[in-house]
Amino acid sequence: MSEDVIKTDAVIVGAGPVGLFAVFELGLVDVKAQVIDILDRPGGQCAELYPEKPIYDVPGLAIVTGQELTDRLMEQIKPFGAEFHFGERVESLDRLDDGFRLVTDIGTIFECKVVIIAAGGGSFTPKRPPLPGIEAYEGTSVFYSVRKMEAFKDKDVLIVGGGDSALDWTLNLQPVAKSLTLLHRRSEFRAAPASVAKMLELVESGDIAFKLGQVTELHGDEGKLTSVTVKGSDGATFEQPLEVMLPFFGLTMKLGPVADWGLNLEENLIPVDTAKFETSEKGIFAIGDINTYPGKLKLILSGFHEAALMAQQAHKYVHPDKKLIFQYTTSSSSLQKKLGVK
Amino acid sequence: MHFPFGRARSAAARFPRSDTVQAPANVMARITFIQPDGTENTVEAEPGMTVMEAAVKNSVRGIAAECGGACACATCHVYVEEEWREATGQPEQMEEDMLDFAFDIRPSSRLSCQIKVTEALDGLKVRIPEKQF
Repeated sequence: MSEDVIKTDAVIVGAGPVGLFAVFELGLVDVKAQVIDILDRPGGQCAELYPEKPIYDVPGLAIVTGQELTDRLMEQIKPFGAEFHFGERVESLDRLDDGFRLVTDIGTIFECKVVIIAAGGGSFTPKRPPLPGIEAYEGTSVFYSVRKMEAFKDKDVLIVGGGDSALDWTLNLQPVAKSLTLLHRRSEFRAAPASVAKMLELVESGDIAFKLGQVTELHGDEGKLTSVTVKGSDGATFEQPLEVMLPFFGLTMKLGPVADWGLNLEENLIPVDTAKFETSEKGIFAIGDINTYPGKLKLILSGFHEAALMAQQAHKYVHPDKKLIFQYTTSSSSLQKKLGVK
Repeated sequence: MHFPFGRARSAAARFPRSDTVQAPANVMARITFIQPDGTENTVEAEPGMTVMEAAVKNSVRGIAAECGGACACATCHVYVEEEWREATGQPEQMEEDMLDFAFDIRPSSRLSCQIKVTEALDGLKVRIPEKQF
């Protein structure tokens, strides 16, 4: 079987504001990009952590929300036709004779001339409840996401949490599970009201159970959970038998596989030079919150500046035979043609 | 070329306080963070900043504050010591919702990014949970 490989000039790891603007700066110098992000949509932290919070320090925009900034950037980079790969995480990065090869967690393969790491605080991963011994059950009895519903067929399932993920999976898994219990620390839910209403109906009809409390201990053997100890809202504890537990406590940022790509790291950040924003490896750049250099400020505007300078050097690797002439978008007809305004 | 206004400004800048009364020194509030192992770390915080900011500014262990204070990550979770619970008040709806994403929630649980430092909180003591996740 021949493998499908996506060949491109540049792969951008991370679709936060800085990764998105990198598409723009690379596009101006004729470097085509593919963008990969673990989230299911663009925006990175702006979309995941504060879509509705106003940002006050983006030049030219006195006030803009994380979502609006993302939308505006997507509009701005449209002319460059970058392709996006959402819900994927880059697992490996290897050097080829004339570039790099990246493989994602679902097996998409990229070959490119330059890699731009714009991964912010790392990739968003589900929070792991700090329960002693939980690692031993992960993948067998403890799951942070549902890849195949079939895996929960005829199982005694415990879902922990009160947000949209917890409610959605309660509703979706109820028909396939043998039994389903939803456990939450309080009787209010931060989820879509329709889902909450539907869940309460299922409780009413006896199809699922809802319990108040928090898990304090795990019990089981050889990767198989048999029960958990729950501290109820009254302070008393009880045992909840189960086969599978799905904790939904939101996402947290972890550096993830970037740590294994052979780059120099300083306290989980990637040191770069401040002329090209290149890492210890030629052809691999790091821009935005994930890099570090003397005087570094973790600001979106700093990332934008870094993207512009990075693109100048990236051009040299992608088009070694072409001389780059610095131009302004206000006056250059060739840049305006690329932007589709001429 | 000459810049009359620029020059006037720079003259004023050279003597910024010559004709103003010295403002009273900033009143600081002392906040003590107690680590799970019992070690205490007392820092000074300016009224107006949040307890989370005071922790981050002083590199207090155990306050991750991933979202930078947007009440969006629940990684600045603390337990307010009993005698300070009235002074710090109750979490608002958004904070209470966000606490769902923290672990080992107790009646004294707060997100430190949502506690504003005031003079009245001088002496505040908060405990840091075993883990923020």
